[in-house]
Order: sequence, then C-alpha cells, then structure tokens
Amino acid sequence: MSTVDPELASPVEAGLARRFSTFLHRHPRLRLAGLLAGPVGWLVIAYLGSLFILLLSSLWRTNPFTAEVVHEWTLDNFRNLFERDVFRNVTWRTVKMAGLVTLADAVLAFPIAYYMARVASRRTRNILVVAVLMPLWASYLVKAYAWRTMLANGGVLDWALGPFGIDFPGFSSVGLWLVFTYLWLPFMILPVYAGLERLPSSLLEASADLGAKSFRTFLRVTLPLVFPAVVAGSIFTFSLTLGDYIAPGLITSEQYIGTVIYSIRGQALPAAAAFTFVPITIMLVYLLIARRLRAFEAL
Amino acid sequence: MREQRRRIGLRAGLLGLVAALAVVAAGCGGDDGEGSGAIEGLGGSIEEIQEMARDEGQVNLVIWSGYADKSWADTFTQQTGCTVNTKNGASSDDMIDLLATGEYDGVSASGNASVRLMERGDVAPVDTELIPNYADVQEGIKNQFYNSRDGEPYGVPHGRGPNLLVFRTDVVPEETNSWNVIWDASGPYNGKLSIYDDSIFIADAAVYLKATQPDLGIEDPYQLTQEQFDASVALLKEQAPNVGEYWPGDVAKQVQSFKSGDSVVGTTWPYQVNLLTADKVPVKAVKPKEGTTGWSDTWMIYSEAANPNCMYLWMNYIISPEAQAKVAEFFGEAPVNTKACELTENSSHCSDYHAEDEAWWNDVYYWTTPTGDCGGTEDDGTCVTQEDWKAAWTEIRG
Repeated sequence: MSTVDPELASPVEAGLARRFSTFLHRHPRLRLAGLLAGPVGWLVIAYLGSLFILLLSSLWRTNPFTAEVVHEWTLDNFRNLFERDVFRNVTWRTVKMAGLVTLADAVLAFPIAYYMARVASRRTRNILVVAVLMPLWASYLVKAYAWRTMLANGGVLDWALGPFGIDFPGFSSVGLWLVFTYLWLPFMILPVYAGLERLPSSLLEASADLGAKSFRTFLRVTLPLVFPAVVAGSIFTFSLTLGDYIAPGLITSEQYIGTVIYSIRGQALPAAAAFTFVPITIMLVYLLIARRLRAFEAL
Repeated sequence: MREQRRRIGLRAGLLGLVAALAVVAAGCGGDDGEGSGAIEGLGGSIEEIQEMARDEGQVNLVIWSGYADKSWADTFTQQTGCTVNTKNGASSDDMIDLLATGEYDGVSASGNASVRLMERGDVAPVDTELIPNYADVQEGIKNQFYNSRDGEPYGVPHGRGPNLLVFRTDVVPEETNSWNVIWDASGPYNGKLSIYDDSIFIADAAVYLKATQPDLGIEDPYQLTQEQFDASVALLKEQAPNVGEYWPGDVAKQVQSFKSGDSVVGTTWPYQVNLLTADKVPVKAVKPKEGTTGWSDTWMIYSEAANPNCMYLWMNYIISPEAQAKVAEFFGEAPVNTKACELTENSSHCSDYHAEDEAWWNDVYYWTTPTGDCGGTEDDGTCVTQEDWKAAWTEIRG
C-alpha cells in the first residue's frame, strides 16, 4: 500500500481534523447551519433586512422645510395612499400596463416558443435560443433610448406608418406598451419554451390516436400542460413592468408607480417607502395565485 | 424531517430580524453632527491650502449640467493638481439628496437648495480671506439670504440667469413674447409643450397668475397663501394633459425633443438654447413680458468635505475672471465677476445677458424654498410649505 496514513504524517493535526469531522458528522444540524450561514445570512440581512428598513422608513415623517427624515412614528404615509386619488390612479394605470404587456408577451411568445421546441431542427433551435437571448446582452438603457429615437417625431415608426396615413402617437402609453412588450419578451419565451420542450410527444400522439384534430389537441392537451409555464413567464413580465421607472420616464409624460417613487424618494422618503408597499403587495398576491396555478413547478 | 426544516427556517428568520434591527439601530444613531463652522483638514493660509490640495488630488462636485465643463475644469486641474469629478443634479431636491450622501465636497446650489442646505447644516460657512477672488464679486449678489446666514457667507456666488420661454421658430411666430402659449387651455401647440419636471415649476404658474390675475395678490411666487397656491395648482392641472414631455433636469432629453419636433414650445435653461443653436435647430428663447423665474447659484462646501482644500481652490477658481468668462458663455448666464466681461469670446456677452443691468433682473424671481412663514415675513402657517409643493406636484402630474 502506497498511501501514507495521515495520522502518521502529523498525528496531532490529523487527530483534531478527524475529531472535528466526527463532531460534525454527529451533529447534522450544525453541519447544515455552517454550510448555509453565508448564503442565508446574505439573503436575510441584505434582502429581508432592507425590506424591514423600508417598512420602518415608511412609518416616519419629514421636516416640512428641510425634508430631513424625522424619526417620529406616523401612519400618515399609508393614509395618504388611500385618501389621495393620485396614488390610486397611478397604481391602476401601472397594473393595467403590466397586465397588457404580459398579455401581449404571452401571445407573441407562444408561437415562437412552440416553433423552437417542437418544430425547428436542432440547429435552427440553437440559433433561435441565441437570438432570443441576444437582446439581454445589450444594456437596458441602450434599448430604451433606441426606442425613444424610433418613437420620436420623424422616427422609424413615423416613416413606416406615415404612407398609410397613420399618425402613430409615439410618446404615449401605447408607445410605452410597445417598449415594455419588446423589453420583457425573452423572459416570457424562455419558460414557455422549456415548458413545451418537457411536453411528452406520447400525449400528443395519444390525442391524435383518439381522433382529436390538431386544434383540439392544442386546446385540450398542449395548452393546459403548458399554462403553468406561461404563468411562470408572466411573473417576470408583470413584476418587471410594475417596478420600472426608466422607460416610463423616457417615453411618456404619464406617471407610473416607479416614476412616482423615484420622483418623491428624496424629499419625501417615508412617503416613497410607503408607496413601495403597493407593488410589493400586488406581487405577493400575484405570486400566491401563480403558485396555485402550479407556475413554480414550471420555473 | 419536514417539521425540523421548518423550525430551522423559523430560527434563521428570527436571527435575521434581530440582525436587521441592529443594522437599523446603528444607522439611526449616527447623524447628529451639526455643521459647526470650521472644516476639518482645511489649511490655514492660501499657501497651506495649495500645499494640502496636492495631497488630496481631487474634488467631487454635485453640479448643474454644464457647470464644470472640461474647457475650464482641466485648466483648474493643471493649476492645482485637483482632478474634478462631477455628478449632475436633476433638480435642487436631487442635489440636496446627493450632497447628503457624504460622497461630495461641494455643490452648485440654487436658492431653493441653498437655504435648506444651510438649515440642515450640510454646508459650512466659508472664510473669504482664503478666497482672494471673492473681492471681485458684484456686491449686489453678496450676502443675500440664499448665500449667507447671520452675516456669514456660505460659499461663493456662481452666476445667475432666467428660465426662458423657448420655441421653434418654424412653428411658433417669431414675435411671441408671452407665457400664454404654454398656459392657454386651447393653445395651438398643446400636446407639444416641454415642461420642467419639478415642484418648483409651480412658481412659474404663480408668476403668470401674478401678471394676469392681479386679484389674487401674488407678491412673491415662492411664498403663496393657500388660495394663491390652489389657483396655481389648478392652472398646472389644466396644463398637464397638454404637456408633450416633462423634462426632469435631463438636458439631453429636452434637446432631442426639440430637435425631432416632438416639443415645439416650453421652458428651458439658456444652456439648452446654446446646444440647440449649435445643432442648427431653429429655436428662439425669450424672457416673456410677464417676467420669469430664475436662479442665482452658489458654490457651497460640504460641512464634512473629504477634500476641503481642493474645494476652496475650486471656489476661488470658479469666480476668477477667466473661469467666469467661460462658464457664463458656455451655460448662457450672467457672470458675477464683471472682470470676466473683457474676456468673453463674444465681446457683448455681458450686455446680452444683462450682467450689470439690475433693472432687467427686477422681474426675474430667483428660485428659493417655500416656507410656512412666507420667507420670514409672516406668521408661520400663512404660506404653503415645500412639503405641500412636492405633494401637489405629484398630483399635478396625475
């Protein structure tokens, strides 16, 4: 035997190490705690901790002159959310936009993902996956500004639609809807593609054997099985639209949740913190529904 | 096993909560320091400051877009060894927030920031003995309420200018001379208005109402009674649907919109007019007959500046005739050191921008902070405060 017994090489050290490992072996919980302390600690302190600070901040008030945060407890910031129409209007506008963007992305993503997963050859599929991912390599800001140029007076859209007598309202909510739909499309395509790829061919064949036409198979077999994946994708498209403040600022003169928080954060930090709980609550509800629809298993 | 896992999760959660609370508690305790005057680490004489600035090697500034262009900041670096790092502020509120981070040595504050900064103790008074060029600054701009406190100067004046009415001359008649083109509910350019996105713009509505509705009795567009304030806000709400674009201090955004024609009339700084003119966009900017809002800016030093010596040298440099000439022409404002007038490339810059024509400035209302006591002239509670202005602006934007 050529292996050297470590205990012979350095008896004391090896003894300690072995005892430590025996100790860990006997105490599985401690072992687990040691392993997870880093990542879980980061999650709890950096992530939940900051949410907690956000909640605390939303209960403070500001000095009306200097706008400095005054550490006195108050619920006024939350009361304002309910009593002032503007917050309700902005929330509704944002949710509506997020819903419409999600819908448009789902409709666009499904055929693309279907083609990629079930029709295209292996080679074409790889090319398409790269093509879908490619926009994600470009900076968000570059894409948003590029859209601003395209939507501007005399931009590409004007040039393309002008001959048909259509005056496209570039800097408007319709323009913003286009931009968001473009920006978040890959986030919808990828989960749907994965969902469609997992779909067993045998089920489709069985459906055909039982006499179902392709449309019926699509409605009764494909769609129900892939729906959780669509919901999974919608989590991204919906939440990303809900929180964005850059694209709305660039494309429209309307306010959205993100732009309001951004514009009041400095001089009314507690009010901004309170408003943040609106999208957080909406997302929590959304995630609960998504879980019901088995979306988490499709992720 | 499942039960056990859940318990571990719960314990970890509680632990995290305690840790988070500790972080918050630590964060709350620290910010009691009031600016007490003397700045730590500042040299006692001009020579000492120059000496110590070489070690600092940099100065970090919060500026209005265009206030520290390379064409004069580089000269400063050559002379002093201090590299100039800048961060553009979008609005006065934004600048206050930026300075409060503690990452900067100084700020070019307008009146609606400077008053609050002094009150907060975020800026320190300056020793003008150590800023030789201060002697050349126009007397009329020294020791104003927005750049001094109890007779002590807080920083050095930078320059002043008006917020202008700008329009594309190929769309709007050349002789336009009234703000009614942006306030008229059925105006021909509605949908293509470009409006500054900040609560201070409420004052622009007040300036217009002061001229057109004398019954309201508006004196100072920044110190408004509830009735005057409500009238201004109502006017702005009426305008909101007609606004094509709000520009939040983002100079490039407004320039692009005027270039493409998405905006044809709006409010602007002379800086954008310079940029648009250089781009050969047919625009004209005027101070309309109703008067206008404007600014008189001050370079202030952060009370805990990390590079106080470089900041002092910067304050001295920026009011030197050479720098003032460049700044004033580049941004399009009136210099505060009139020795600059002989050095400007356009020899008539000072008269074009009314540097010494005090009468011209009578109906330019410099930005300042709205206060409950109407700027100290009435009982507290008479006027609408900054906080309400900010809240109203969110409502106006809808």
